[in-house]
Amino acid sequence: MILFETIAEPVVATGMFTWAWTMIAVPAVVAGVLLLAGKLSDAWGHLLATAAVLWSFAIAVCLFGHQLFADAGSRAVVAPLYSWFSVGEWSFEVGLLVDQLSILFAMLITGVGSLIHIYSIGYMAHDERRRRFFAYLNLFIAAMLLLVLANNYLVLFVGWEGVGLASFLLISFWQHKPSAAAAGTKAFVMNRVGDLGMLAAIASMLAMFGSSSFTDVNAGAHGLAPQWATMIGLFLLLAACGKSAQVPLQAWLLDAMEGPTPVSALIHAATMVTAGVYLVVRSHAVFETSPAAQLAVVVVATVTLLAGAWIGTSQDDIKKVLAGSTMSQIGYMMLAAGIGPAGYAFAIFHLLTHGFFKANMFLGAGSVMHGMNDDVNMRHYGALSTAMKWTFGTFAMGYLAIIGFPLFAGYFSKDHIIEAAFAQNTFIGICALIGAGITAFYMTRLMLMTFFGEKRWQPGVHPHESPRVMTIPLVILAVASVVSGLVMNNWIQEWLEPAVGNHAHEVSLVPTPVGMATMGIVAAGVVISYLVFGRGSIPVKAPATNNPITLAGRNVLFGDQVNDALFVTPATAVAAAVDATDARGIDKAADSSADAFAGLSTQVRRLETGYVRSYALTMLGGVLFVGVVLILSQLG
Amino acid sequence: MTFPWLTFLGLLPILGGLLLLLPMGKGAARLLGLGFALATLAVGLGVAGLYAAGADLAVQVPWIRAFGAWWALDVDGMGLAMVLMTVVLTPLVMLAEWQPPAGRWSAQVFFALVLMLQGLSLFVFMANDVVLFYLFFEATLIPTYFLIVGFGGPRRRYAAVKFLLFSLAGGLIMLASVVGLFAISASQGAPSYLVADLAQLSIDGHVGRWLMVGFLIAFIIKAPMVPLHTWLPDAAEHSTPGTATLLVGVLDKIGTFGMIKFCLGLFPEASLWATPFMVWFAVVSILWGAFGAIGSRNLMRLVAYTSVSHFGFMVLGIYAFTQASLSGSIFYMLNHGFSTAAMFLVVGYLAKRRGSYDIEAFGGVQKVAPVAAGLLLVSGLSALSLPGMSTFVSEFMVITGTWSRYPVVTAVSMIGVVLAAVYVLRMYQRTMTGPVTDATATHFTGRDLTGLERAIMVPILGVLLFLGFVPAPAAQLVEPTAQAILAHVGVTDPAPVVKGAK
Repeated sequence: MILFETIAEPVVATGMFTWAWTMIAVPAVVAGVLLLAGKLSDAWGHLLATAAVLWSFAIAVCLFGHQLFADAGSRAVVAPLYSWFSVGEWSFEVGLLVDQLSILFAMLITGVGSLIHIYSIGYMAHDERRRRFFAYLNLFIAAMLLLVLANNYLVLFVGWEGVGLASFLLISFWQHKPSAAAAGTKAFVMNRVGDLGMLAAIASMLAMFGSSSFTDVNAGAHGLAPQWATMIGLFLLLAACGKSAQVPLQAWLLDAMEGPTPVSALIHAATMVTAGVYLVVRSHAVFETSPAAQLAVVVVATVTLLAGAWIGTSQDDIKKVLAGSTMSQIGYMMLAAGIGPAGYAFAIFHLLTHGFFKANMFLGAGSVMHGMNDDVNMRHYGALSTAMKWTFGTFAMGYLAIIGFPLFAGYFSKDHIIEAAFAQNTFIGICALIGAGITAFYMTRLMLMTFFGEKRWQPGVHPHESPRVMTIPLVILAVASVVSGLVMNNWIQEWLEPAVGNHAHEVSLVPTPVGMATMGIVAAGVVISYLVFGRGSIPVKAPATNNPITLAGRNVLFGDQVNDALFVTPATAVAAAVDATDARGIDKAADSSADAFAGLSTQVRRLETGYVRSYALTMLGGVLFVGVVLILSQLG
Repeated sequence: MTFPWLTFLGLLPILGGLLLLLPMGKGAARLLGLGFALATLAVGLGVAGLYAAGADLAVQVPWIRAFGAWWALDVDGMGLAMVLMTVVLTPLVMLAEWQPPAGRWSAQVFFALVLMLQGLSLFVFMANDVVLFYLFFEATLIPTYFLIVGFGGPRRRYAAVKFLLFSLAGGLIMLASVVGLFAISASQGAPSYLVADLAQLSIDGHVGRWLMVGFLIAFIIKAPMVPLHTWLPDAAEHSTPGTATLLVGVLDKIGTFGMIKFCLGLFPEASLWATPFMVWFAVVSILWGAFGAIGSRNLMRLVAYTSVSHFGFMVLGIYAFTQASLSGSIFYMLNHGFSTAAMFLVVGYLAKRRGSYDIEAFGGVQKVAPVAAGLLLVSGLSALSLPGMSTFVSEFMVITGTWSRYPVVTAVSMIGVVLAAVYVLRMYQRTMTGPVTDATATHFTGRDLTGLERAIMVPILGVLLFLGFVPAPAAQLVEPTAQAILAHVGVTDPAPVVKGAK
């Protein structure tokens, strides 16, 4: 196959690339130091943690620069670290793959990560457990980098579970709140369901290829029997669904908003939740062998992009609107990844631009909450554009980027996906188009309810602009939200081609018919939203409604209820039944047999009367019995 | 003749235990006991060093010539792994139980019983003769019984008798098989109970199956597998955390250890015959144990049920007959000892402060004792096999190894992986998070963990983390045992389906 010949073998790391491992090690070690040092490091812990992630960012940028100026054949570099373990014919090496795909992720993670660390210095200034917060953030950075830099699926899985742990710790960071603790558990357990897919995929790869390294799997994928290609593809998709909150494993993401807002920005918008997209793109060879698995990805993605948008229209909690939006946008990325070689580069493109503008908006939401006494209900906002000028201005850039306003970041990245979807299948294309319209609708609603209209502030709330340490990261992200699309538009396809085997298309700045349609739909979404939310006043309490669409949206499409009915309730019932069986069934049987023996021994004991005459009788009986047996046996 | 290191290793703690039965002051007794445990640890490490250097440690002296019984001791990779686990855990258990519960027998007796149990267990793991193994196997019941009855909770008598009856029942059935082995061995010339001699006999057919089943039932009770597991939650609930650690972490390993060494080693054909049954049996244990843990309202029972689930994984790996799965099972035996110890001991610390093991009795403890909460979480993460902990590596080996032979069975067993997250995190959530409950605020006496309590956790979690990142030494230790057994059984790993991928 021609496709595989285009993928150059990675070269072994030399020079600067031998430092790649420190990107992971430095934040990991700092996380450990902060956790073990305890209160001693309260005063400077946050600074050390920020320095650690800046270090990783610096290394990532240097490596990227190095790759940029290297010739295309020697850009992908593999840095072996050590041999983890081997058993039988299988050996598991720990090694890093710094290629065109992973370096973009590394820069996104450490770049946005650095900004969020800096922002958190201000945001968490008054939290008594700030040091611990930064330790967890660093742990997350290390695990996430391990996930994207690993050169085989097993080490990727280590990072995969590591980010799950960090996500759990950070969602339930304020664990004195029962809702936060429950949300953390829920996220971890639902992610574990996805992890089963990952484990099954790795186990299948080992059974099929005897190896789980990207190189071996990519090289061997075309030799897979169709049913196994499909199975592995579906296992990977299950894993991706868990991590990336795709239907049917989406229910944890909205609850994850219980975590501090910088966490939502970093983990539940910009980086971790996009790991599923990374996984699918990285495993492109498997998916290209199985059209059925690709179709499954497309279906899941389309359902999710609509479901997330639907949820976004009906929530009043600003973070939950953004969370629904994240689901929906990741749906777009998955859609592109599922389309195949035509879409890979666009999936990653949208992933990067989304990382910027969504982190921007989440941090903006955090800034709003900071000024509103941590109230998240948009019905208590209104008219904040004057009270918080910097927050408003930067948020507006993110808003324009996500709805796809011409020349802003999302305009390029999302339109490409919609076009690719139309090229694949008209129905899917129409769904993607509708999603863009709904996106414009709910984001406009968010803007109007938060920054415009009349003040609906609760008594005692005095909105104020956040400190510089928080607004400067916002400005940087806002700039990225504006320019990142334009900068990467003509470059990213060619750059990624050797790593992911995408088919480069000509992309133009002049809107195509699909692009025109998208703009029309987006404009319609904005206008309708304005007509509904921009003119009248917003009730402070959500009005009661019988509209099933609104009700479903408010209840997050009843995801929790479905999970409860299908899994939680049956599992609880089974656990109770197991308990009861052990206590009353098996144990009763064991105890009653013990009682039976005890009873028997009581009866037998009665024979021991202590009277010599009864013993003599017994002996006589015994002798007679033995004698009879002997005689009978002689006769026989 | 070289110095009989293995005999010395096993005798040393037994001697210490007997010595401790003499009258002496409480302080002196404890220090003496700890000294013996540490000396045993040193000898154990020395034995490991000798093994690594390739020394021949085997002891083989005729004992009861009429039976063909020998005083025969030796260690292979699996045996050494179990020996090391035992010698490391024992002194830690002593430190954790420095003050046994009030109103029970004295600390001196506790230390004496622990030492005797340690010595007997070491002999079980080193015995290379079936009679010797059987005798020590039964002998371990005595100190364990007294450890439960002398130091446990309110229903300790019930739990101890239940433990004893289950174990004795299994032991009796095994005895029948041991006698049967004599008959076969004697019929083929001079009787010998040496494992190596018996393995040569290739006891096949119906006789082999019956004898194998005799051993297997005893090991199934020991390793506890559903439905013969119910003694374990009771025994764990009604004993002290230290006893529970030794019982579940060390003694129960004799079950899986015996399956590998005796069932597979002596009856390869019969073991293969039992495979389809055992594999599903293991899956039932995995899921049953996990659900039992989810339904538990008592922390000690919860940990005991997680072990039922984990033993299911070990048995699954054994009966999948691949290098990865079998090596993984043996490695799992080692890791599980430390992981369970971590869980039991932290639970013990918490209960000591709260005066109860009930989950309902806690709530919001994280606020009061953050270090204890953190250690409980890390221990729990090792129980749910998070990557980075050694338990992940072994569970991964079992799952992937088994998958290469039985994908469907493995897929079902993997539900246990999700359930593990449920039972660990729900337990953590209910006890440690949320606002400080009234129960915690009023009854949770004492502050966070003391320096000693923290220090005890360092080696345990240290082993789990170290072997999580650097599992190669442990994998190399146990793999030869797996290879030898698989060669003996005559099974080879399935080859990769797609040729030439690697």
